[in-house]
Amino acid sequence: MGPAFAVSASPMTAAPLRRVAPAHARGQWLALTPLSIATAVVAAPILALVVIALSGSTGDWPHLMANVLPGALRTTALLLLLVAAGTASMGVVTAWLVVGFDFPLRRTMSWAAILPFAVPPYLAAYAFADFFHFSGPVQSLIRDIFGFTRPSDYWFPDIRSTGGAAVVMTAVLYPYVYLTARVVFIMQGRNIADAARTLGASPWRVFTRILLPVARPAIAVGVTLVLMETLNDIGASEYLGVRTLTFSVYSTWLNRGSLQGAAQIATLMLALVFMLLAAEQWARRNQRFHAARSSQVAARPPRQKLRGWRGWLALIAITLPVLAGFGIPALFFLRYALRRLEYLLDPALASAFLHSVLAASATAVVTVATALAIVYAVRMVRSRPAAMLARIAGLGYALPGSILALGLLFVLARIDNGVDQIARSLFGVSTGLLLSGTAAAVILACSIRFLTLAEGSIRAGLDKLPPHLHEAARSLGRTRLGSARSVVLPLMRPAISAAAILVFVDTVKELSATILLRPFGFNTLATYTYENASRGVIEDGALAALIIIATALVPVALLSRALIGDRDAQL
Amino acid sequence: MTSILRPTIAALAIALVSGAASAQTVNIYSYRQPDLIKPVLDAFTAETGIKTEVLFLDKGLEERIAAEGANSPADVILTVDIARLTKAKDAGVTQALDDATVNANIPAEYRDPQGHWFGLTKRGRVIYASKERVAEGPISYADLADPKYKGKICMRSGQHDYNLALISAAIGHWGEAKTEEWLKGVKANLARKPDGGDRDQAKAIAAGECDIGIGNTYYVGLMMTNDKDPEQKEWANAIRVVFPTFENGGTHVNVSGAALAKNAPHRDDAVKLIEFLSSHKAQQIYAEQVFEYPVEPGLAPSEVVKSFGELKSDTLPLADIAKNRKAASEMVDRVGLDDGPAS
Repeated sequence: MGPAFAVSASPMTAAPLRRVAPAHARGQWLALTPLSIATAVVAAPILALVVIALSGSTGDWPHLMANVLPGALRTTALLLLLVAAGTASMGVVTAWLVVGFDFPLRRTMSWAAILPFAVPPYLAAYAFADFFHFSGPVQSLIRDIFGFTRPSDYWFPDIRSTGGAAVVMTAVLYPYVYLTARVVFIMQGRNIADAARTLGASPWRVFTRILLPVARPAIAVGVTLVLMETLNDIGASEYLGVRTLTFSVYSTWLNRGSLQGAAQIATLMLALVFMLLAAEQWARRNQRFHAARSSQVAARPPRQKLRGWRGWLALIAITLPVLAGFGIPALFFLRYALRRLEYLLDPALASAFLHSVLAASATAVVTVATALAIVYAVRMVRSRPAAMLARIAGLGYALPGSILALGLLFVLARIDNGVDQIARSLFGVSTGLLLSGTAAAVILACSIRFLTLAEGSIRAGLDKLPPHLHEAARSLGRTRLGSARSVVLPLMRPAISAAAILVFVDTVKELSATILLRPFGFNTLATYTYENASRGVIEDGALAALIIIATALVPVALLSRALIGDRDAQL
Repeated sequence: MTSILRPTIAALAIALVSGAASAQTVNIYSYRQPDLIKPVLDAFTAETGIKTEVLFLDKGLEERIAAEGANSPADVILTVDIARLTKAKDAGVTQALDDATVNANIPAEYRDPQGHWFGLTKRGRVIYASKERVAEGPISYADLADPKYKGKICMRSGQHDYNLALISAAIGHWGEAKTEEWLKGVKANLARKPDGGDRDQAKAIAAGECDIGIGNTYYVGLMMTNDKDPEQKEWANAIRVVFPTFENGGTHVNVSGAALAKNAPHRDDAVKLIEFLSSHKAQQIYAEQVFEYPVEPGLAPSEVVKSFGELKSDTLPLADIAKNRKAASEMVDRVGLDDGPAS
């Protein structure tokens, strides 16, 4: 069924596939065409990259093998391992506490736990580096307490290290795991958990023996997303001095002047991602759970009340990650932003905000529409090739942003120049750069990157609907599209809004593809921040950084409300 | 969904149209931050009435212009670092410019012999020495590998443009073998793994993490005059600028520069811009506002920069520095400079 990496609890809720009579040929084509187009669009920049990789010599490899890749692979593996362990434990514990127990401020914390999702990793890296620096608040406090004066007086872990980068990535990315694990705990786990508890199992035993195994596939889905974000990252790891594979892609391209060599490493990374995905697929190979009956989902068995210090302990356990992933960056940027409130009047900031919202909205619309078409097509056709196409269409998320953008740039510019040439020879008019010279390129790049987020969320939503719903509507005389529009779509609203929100937030945060592809005068909040940050003056971008976080917060708040208000919400 | 679809499309269309540049405009693709070049560009517009549009990129500028081909809107390329200037030339995205005014303004050593790029400002790669802990007196580049500085040196990533250019210059002076020995010595002297930016090295010295940093001259000026974040003044106050030299040479300087894009649609205006950037007026703005050294002979830098002492620029041709970049980058990997002192 489609790409495996999705913010969803799809494996848990997936209804068993029902063999229905194959749709007739015309319907198949109707469904397959958008799917094929979407796949082709996603595959084009990746193919361009492979072509670049193949066109180059292998002259860079002796150096890469001897001096770069062994270290980069080790660093990347360690980073991924640490981040996986960190986000999995943080996300799962947070979700378990919120779902299974009652403690002070539980409701507030259940949505506050999503807040770090609003913070881009590269901004978090600046904030953490400052916070844990010698002159930052943590070390200053330690010195005050113990009377130290110089760095050599005491040992303090260096945030600018692989471990430090893992802390930063974990702090802002664990909400992915929290979101996916939480749904499972709400929807599936609690019924069994309650049964186990009535039979005398301790909460810990229930957690380790029942909830954890049941949630494993969902956790794997969340962790896979986290790992891909980590692998893609260049901003945070570069600033923290962590030489990952992505770093070596860039140094090969920019410092040793070999785009081909860079493309070759990127292709290698893509192969690694395939393996990651295969592993994730394998982890959920036997997951064909039946959807819970809606009456079961709606039932609200009581949460276990944690009294006294236990309650406060739970509160602390769930608050600390939020303080780290959201509190540290927000405070850091607030401090500098307060010194620069007059920047609020900068028209460039307003236009950056407008562009961010526009690009993110457009990307959300495009992505959700495409995802709907893909999911629907896979549903209608139910053939191996269709599922394969859908899988390819989800691959955009696996590439570092600049590399994907570069591949897309080559494709778009070629199309543009081709169209221009035809228009010139036929009509004597120049059409210029229709795609690569406009914001269309940015929206397309973000759509390709984030398609899998929307696809996963929507697929999970569709899987949860009774499979015969569509057929019932059809048998009552609705047309294929009519049934989709008037019956299925309204029921899918929570899933669709969740998908749109995820894509919106990620587009607002997106930097590396946007900065390479945007047209003149098209600053987003992320590029505006970066223009200042790259000069070493992150302070001047502080206000924009805060606005990125605030802009991302609005949808995150909506998402939280959907989570609390609607138990059937898809996340 | 449809309720937000329509306004979105409408707004998007407006954004797209407003993004297109008009006729009396020079389009600039820039690796330099818009803030840094804004004062000069404003002066250009005030003098000529020609507007400028800046597109800032952090990487892939040459690839983008090459992909856009004949339809590229780029008129002028602005960038720091000599290697990037020559990369633009090698990528075939520039065109030759033989302009009497520009050639008269910019000394021959700071421009491409064929006119594919022009250096506009200079910056020295110097030593930030702790006022408290480092005795006054000269320190040469070679000294950085002296074991007496063990555990005392801070720097940003060796793979950064500025450090690569410095190592390239060292290769030009000493050859590869000697430079590699030197780099191993520098690595052994590091106080910690290279990271952060140039300012972070001053910050680290102020904090007592290390005694000697490697950085560009203008950052010191920017820190000294940062009224918004007074803590940066403290960082600048903690250090003294020392101009290191190569034996039989001078202090390594890098340039920021401009190039005329190959298919510049507004070529005449673009040439006017490059002429202006090389003019006395623009050179003065560079010197005063962003603390760089003007390329114009005889024009003094700002008072702040003058207070650092006198810069004696190295004589190694810029082209040689650009040529050695790949070797320098590979050397940084081979030596493991970015892994820090321990490994």
